[in-house]
Amino acid sequence: MLTVASLGRAELERRLGGPGLDLRTGAFVSRIRSRIPQVAENISLLYADNPLQEEGGFADFHVRLRPSRGLRRWYRPQVEFDVDKLVPFEPLPLSNAFPMLEWALNWCISTRAHAYLMIHAAVIEKNGLAAILPAPPGSGKSTLCAALVHRGWRLLSDELALLRPADGLLLPVARPVSLKNRSIEVVREFVPGAVLSRPVSDTAKGTVAHLKAPAASVARMHEPALPAWVVFPKYAADAPTTLEPIARARAFMRVAENAFNYSHLGAAGFLALSGAIARCASYDFRYSDLDEAIAVFDALERPPT
Amino acid sequence: MSRLPLLLLALRDPGRVGAFTAADWDLLMRQSASMNLTPSLLALLEERGLLDRVPAPARAQFEWARPLALRHGQAARFEVAAIRTALRPTGLPLVLLKGAAYTMAGLRAGRGRLYSDLDILVPKARLDDAEAALMLHGWAATHHDAYDQRYYREWMHELPPLQHVRRQSNIDVHHAILPETAPVRPDPARLLAAARPVAGEPGLAVLAPHDMVLHSATHLFFESEFDKAFRDLLDLHFLLSEFGAEAGFWEGLVPRAHELQLGRTLFYALRYARRLLDTAVPQAVLDAAAVHAPPAPLLWLMDRLFERALLPPHASCADAFSGGARFLLYLRGNWLRMPPLLLARHLFHKAFLSPRDKPAT
Repeated sequence: MLTVASLGRAELERRLGGPGLDLRTGAFVSRIRSRIPQVAENISLLYADNPLQEEGGFADFHVRLRPSRGLRRWYRPQVEFDVDKLVPFEPLPLSNAFPMLEWALNWCISTRAHAYLMIHAAVIEKNGLAAILPAPPGSGKSTLCAALVHRGWRLLSDELALLRPADGLLLPVARPVSLKNRSIEVVREFVPGAVLSRPVSDTAKGTVAHLKAPAASVARMHEPALPAWVVFPKYAADAPTTLEPIARARAFMRVAENAFNYSHLGAAGFLALSGAIARCASYDFRYSDLDEAIAVFDALERPPT
Repeated sequence: MSRLPLLLLALRDPGRVGAFTAADWDLLMRQSASMNLTPSLLALLEERGLLDRVPAPARAQFEWARPLALRHGQAARFEVAAIRTALRPTGLPLVLLKGAAYTMAGLRAGRGRLYSDLDILVPKARLDDAEAALMLHGWAATHHDAYDQRYYREWMHELPPLQHVRRQSNIDVHHAILPETAPVRPDPARLLAAARPVAGEPGLAVLAPHDMVLHSATHLFFESEFDKAFRDLLDLHFLLSEFGAEAGFWEGLVPRAHELQLGRTLFYALRYARRLLDTAVPQAVLDAAAVHAPPAPLLWLMDRLFERALLPPHASCADAFSGGARFLLYLRGNWLRMPPLLLARHLFHKAFLSPRDKPAT
């Protein structure tokens, strides 16, 4: 199977600069075009294990990143993003090119793939059972997710839970984990040998770095998982580790609030989500220590069926 | 036309998608997404039993679009019911136009069609009643600027768009199908008099088939923005194909256009629907409409402009002249809607005075 790593750097750059690199991440193929060196560098580093589709096939998203033209070529250079020539965002500083690609791919999925109920959440799996971690930014969701997927859990996604209404399964997205500010150092220390992109310091979200998804998680990108737990994580400095059950109706509302397309799906969205919530045990989780947090996740009991 | 875009080939003859390669599907889905036409294309392929011929990755994208179309139809029905309730005390029938009319009348053109506003037609003398009734049910004017209010109320054929304060749904309340300032004035009283009730929907009406076609054509060929033009042309294609099968439709079409001063508009509609989408139009109707054709040199020019501007707004459908064609038609559209002096005054106001009046944000 052709992967980013087996393609070689020269061919990677040729595809990115020309016909596009057809990168597969779970259910989606994104055709990426960019001549910006840090885009090639980070794809080569963080997507090394992801499969590629041969040229001239079908792609779901057609994204392009390029330096802004005109005066911006010299004065505070910027990067522009377009999806099939449509420009949904304002340009960002050129240094943000790779984070912008990641946000852009999230945007592509969350605005289009309405065959799934899409929840802003991390998803991890162990022994065939998945935990959904919905959370607003700043709750320590990605830090926790990064730690768990290097201690025996499989990464399905750091940002997007894709719940398929037909069978109630969660689909993997198989992409890097986005880390912000202090969590970059925390993960670097916690995960020996973590593959991290060079931190970008001037983004709207502060300093951002991306952590490569474990090779084993990428290899299983076509393997969906059954949701078993909904855990709302909250990092609080020096807080003791606590896991509090949440009533189902309350959990339902809180997950719906974190969904991108709950209202778009109408009754199908309600049924998909209520099915998942009925199957799951739901908790509020506060933590400050990652080792203790992992112990709690490893001890999660299979909910009664 | 040297080479038609794939989307047009697929719409003209859906059967040929069976021979499309992966690269063809890639382009087809992009062209249809550029116009929000994926649900319409899905409806067409399902109708013809061709969905099984669609390769899995493209099929998945159709499934992404399906919930949107379902939800859209549901929301449209809900809004129509709410408007009907709001208008009940006025005694006015609810006459729907365009997208909502196609949906509620169960027409082919409505299948999978997505639209953002609901358009309704009320007699000009009852505009105030209709506006007041809608306001009581939560629809409020969106354009608060005094100049915009004047622009709509004095010169246009509709009220400033109303938006529901809680649901954000939009209604355009029309009293005519062309601005007061346009050179031709299709008489709204005739349209209302011919409007037909919708079966099974008491209190609801849509324009008669001829008028529905003519309104769709008017919308398209008096327009100055062409980003949704292809979708409107596809509406025309579906309307003509569906009504064309009804007895008496073709015979009455050109005379009705003449009555409403829309002969030239109908001529363009039939010409470009046929040339771009291969719409079946009887030769006798084409000949009758040709009476309203522009002089040959102008027609030569219009062919070159419309056959570019009416294509989907996707890069793969454009050539070096597409931008220029759209710009010239933008000028034409404005020219047709307002006499030159008034237009100059309007554009001057929008360019220099309106921005100044905006409160700093």
